[in-house]
Amino acid sequence: MTFLTHLFNGLTQGSIYAIIALGYTMVYGIAKMLNFAHGDIIMVGSYIIYTCMVSLNIPSVFSILIAMAFCTVLGIVTEKVAYRPLRGASSSLAVLITAIGVSYLLQNLALLIFKADPKQFSSVVSLGNISLFDGQLIIYGYMLVTIIVCVVVMVGLTLFVKKTKAGQAMQAVSEDRGAAQLMGINVNATIALTFAIGSALAAVAGALMCSASPTLTPYIGTMPGIKAFVAAVFGGIGSIPGAMLGGILIGIIEKISEAYISSQMADAIVFAVLIVVLLVKPAGLLGKNVQEKV
Amino acid sequence: MSMLSIKDLQVYYGAINAIKGISFDVEQGEIIALIGANGAGKTTILHTITGLVQAKHGSIMFGGKDLTRTPAHKIVSMGMAHVPEGRRVFAQLTVFENLMLGAYTRKDKAEISSSLERVFKRFPRLEERRTQPAGTLSGGEQQMLAMGRALMSNPSIILMDEPSMGLSPLYVSEIFDIIQEINKSGTTVLLVEQNAKKALSIANRAYVLETGKIVLSGDAKELMNNDQVKKAYLGE
Repeated sequence: MTFLTHLFNGLTQGSIYAIIALGYTMVYGIAKMLNFAHGDIIMVGSYIIYTCMVSLNIPSVFSILIAMAFCTVLGIVTEKVAYRPLRGASSSLAVLITAIGVSYLLQNLALLIFKADPKQFSSVVSLGNISLFDGQLIIYGYMLVTIIVCVVVMVGLTLFVKKTKAGQAMQAVSEDRGAAQLMGINVNATIALTFAIGSALAAVAGALMCSASPTLTPYIGTMPGIKAFVAAVFGGIGSIPGAMLGGILIGIIEKISEAYISSQMADAIVFAVLIVVLLVKPAGLLGKNVQEKV
Repeated sequence: MSMLSIKDLQVYYGAINAIKGISFDVEQGEIIALIGANGAGKTTILHTITGLVQAKHGSIMFGGKDLTRTPAHKIVSMGMAHVPEGRRVFAQLTVFENLMLGAYTRKDKAEISSSLERVFKRFPRLEERRTQPAGTLSGGEQQMLAMGRALMSNPSIILMDEPSMGLSPLYVSEIFDIIQEINKSGTTVLLVEQNAKKALSIANRAYVLETGKIVLSGDAKELMNNDQVKKAYLGE
């Protein structure tokens, strides 16, 4: 039974990674850049939710919506101000370094505005717990909500990409930017939309994350951001189902390792698994091996 | 007035002067061939016309509008489609999805579906494979898809870049037949080809390019009999 508890913990943590990883993977797939500031968008979203709920007494659902809107705008603005001018740069390192710069900028802005002392978050989920097997397995409300949100996001994004014109444009831009332009697709607008979606999801991830571990500092985005990046690479960067699978697997491996091997070693084990997977499948679990036919 | 008019076009890649002042005209209803060796600048000219590459000097006028500084994604809705070199179909999307992206800028659903019908009539193989990912098609089928995708925008002119490249001789003949059919149904064609013989055989007029300059131009049939062209491009 304790194994099931750990599995559920892992599934919950993994669902959060998966939602963050989706942002990473979509931006990578479409804008061809690693947005290392993605984790800090989560932090910003969390502070917005905290401010709304604690200081302004706004109900949690509206707080999350406000945070999503704020992060969407933040994502679009950082893309436009920091990344777009470098899109034609000869080295892709330029934009990578800029992303790291944006990450520090956001962290230090948060430090300036909210100070370094940790803020205690109250859970955004006010759902009761489910007790199974005579109380041997307790599923907390936030866990259930996290997993459900993750599934909804996954299904929603898949439908969006497959069924809508904007989604098709995203896929076209991700495959061949030049050819997409010849179809009449505005590449800049499509990339901005991708950042908007990724950042809104980061806000959602922030809300879920703070429900699970309710201490808020300007650095809370960093580690989940890196783990989600690992998850995206693990599943095959650029692939939406890959990010989902990678996120959930990383979450489960982390929690099971913490429980049965060593809580200090858990992160090392996660990264070791990543290395092994990349040795065997360099494109990640669901990554596409690009094949060209002439 | 010409449908498409290029005046003193100059294009640079960094310090390299790829196109050194080229002027030519395309009249409505024509098939115009741009021929020349690898690296002569044929593809660059097409890329500059549709905005994938920016010109340094010169002008591109299309139907009375100046395209010289128009961004690439605004070109197709003006009635100009570009079938790029190497086909560049969206390999992970299905044949149907590729075709619908061809109609990305169009709004009228009824007109789009009648365009789709026409494309499927012209390329029955695409209809057979409509749910297949484009990456699984053969080279010739991908070329047909790239052409079908361009036709989905209902263009008044199509720019075709090396449509015969890498295809078996059987497909090459088929592709050139189709280009002629497309032209007969009212679409102007600007054709870039290394297969000079085939290109000249279907074109009305042609321009011969060498290292970024036009060295010869004129009636396609006459160029076919030109000694210089014969020696350099037709292997005779």
